[in-house]
Amino acid sequence: MWQFFHKLGSPKWFFGISTRFMPWLLMSGIVLLMAGVVWGLAFAPKDYLQGNSYRIIFIHVPTAFMAQSIYIMMASAALVTLVWRMKLADVFVKAVTPVGLVLTFLALFTGAVWGKPTWGTWWIWDARLTSMLILLFLYGGVIALDRAINDEKSAARAVAVLVLVGVVNIPIIKYSVEWWNTLHQPATFKLTEKPSMPAEMWVPLLLSVLGLYLIFGWLACVRMQTEILSREQRTRWVKEFVLKGKV
Amino acid sequence: MNVEVRPVVPLASSSVGALAAMKGVFSRDMKVAFRQRQDLLNPLLFFIMVVTLFPLGVSPEASFLREAGAGILWVAALLSVLLSLDHLFRHDFDDGTLEQLVLQPQPLFLLILAKTMAHWMLTGLPLVILTPVLGVMVHLDGNSIAVLCLTLLIGTPVLSLIGAIGAALTLGLRSAGVLLSLLIIPLYIPVLIFGTGTVAAAAEGASVGAYLALMGAFLMLALTLAPFAAAAALRISLSNG
Repeated sequence: MWQFFHKLGSPKWFFGISTRFMPWLLMSGIVLLMAGVVWGLAFAPKDYLQGNSYRIIFIHVPTAFMAQSIYIMMASAALVTLVWRMKLADVFVKAVTPVGLVLTFLALFTGAVWGKPTWGTWWIWDARLTSMLILLFLYGGVIALDRAINDEKSAARAVAVLVLVGVVNIPIIKYSVEWWNTLHQPATFKLTEKPSMPAEMWVPLLLSVLGLYLIFGWLACVRMQTEILSREQRTRWVKEFVLKGKV
Repeated sequence: MNVEVRPVVPLASSSVGALAAMKGVFSRDMKVAFRQRQDLLNPLLFFIMVVTLFPLGVSPEASFLREAGAGILWVAALLSVLLSLDHLFRHDFDDGTLEQLVLQPQPLFLLILAKTMAHWMLTGLPLVILTPVLGVMVHLDGNSIAVLCLTLLIGTPVLSLIGAIGAALTLGLRSAGVLLSLLIIPLYIPVLIFGTGTVAAAAEGASVGAYLALMGAFLMLALTLAPFAAAAALRISLSNG
């Protein structure tokens, strides 16, 4: 157990092990995402109220779901950075922040596209929309702070503090804007309840969420590997890797 | 040969209690601030000017101002606290006082709490005192002004406390001012929502007890957690330079 814990902190070990399972992540991610999206866009039944326009849900919900869970993952990694000073944790935070930013933007964008036919407007100051917008600001702030600090170690720790402060605030922001104004439909998936839509709709949705999750895993590995190579460029194993092409 | 044995003079005496140290930091900050009075006045002038922009820029109609007044005053107060945050640690950082503060045997978060309280006394409190005058200028009625003052009284310390985290994180960075705003404004949003919501509820004649209780909860949360985060951020920023 403890040996595993120590290994997890070693960039070299991570580099080797992630290279091995990355193709699997990518392949299964693509298969699931394709299955979910194609099923959802082409074969799932029409919504009786919204017609075909609801189909953007198969892109909107996975991106929104990922945007939020990436921040939670970042916060866990930030805690690890501050408490155990594990190198890989801050590599993870740095690597996935832009991914989270892009997914949050996509969730907002697809939401706007969906809102136009459904609500008759691109944007409304609704609680969900506003809290996603604030999430976008939080991601932007994390990237800005990371870029502003030159020293790598202090940047990682400062970012960790900011991410943790943000995660304490996320529930507060969420409930305050919800109390303030709500038009958005309730969350599609809840752990405790059965989905309110028929299986032909939620199964493809679940598939695309899982697919995006796996693809995110792959993307995180790629970005972390790049970051590790640039940080560890002076070590012998990186030099050997660059010369021979394997760890 | 007679060697003189001198007692080791501790740089900082740990016999000073934490409360006394907090009091020392607080009164020092007040003293320093009152020697540069213009710096005290600037956020207030800024506050008044931002409020003036709204009737000029949007509409001087009494009906609009009455509806938007509380929000305008809250946004203006928020911005002027934001503007003053840069001073919170900057001067102490430049002349090395901050490093001495970090080296004190007393817990750093308590000293930061004292600094933040001094900051609030110098920026947040004057804003609250100025609010009735500006409230009359935007045609708010007496009850709304009273509630607005109360929300600002509870809300501005939260702004100072959260702001201390941002100020500590951006200490000594290039373009710290803009960065500070980027980091802190998202965290200010709940306070703003509840602050203006309370006044709106009061204007409708609803009871405001629950709203004020929620704002009080924010204050408690900020009082207990923000100094720890700011202390951690300060240590990181100082080890950076």
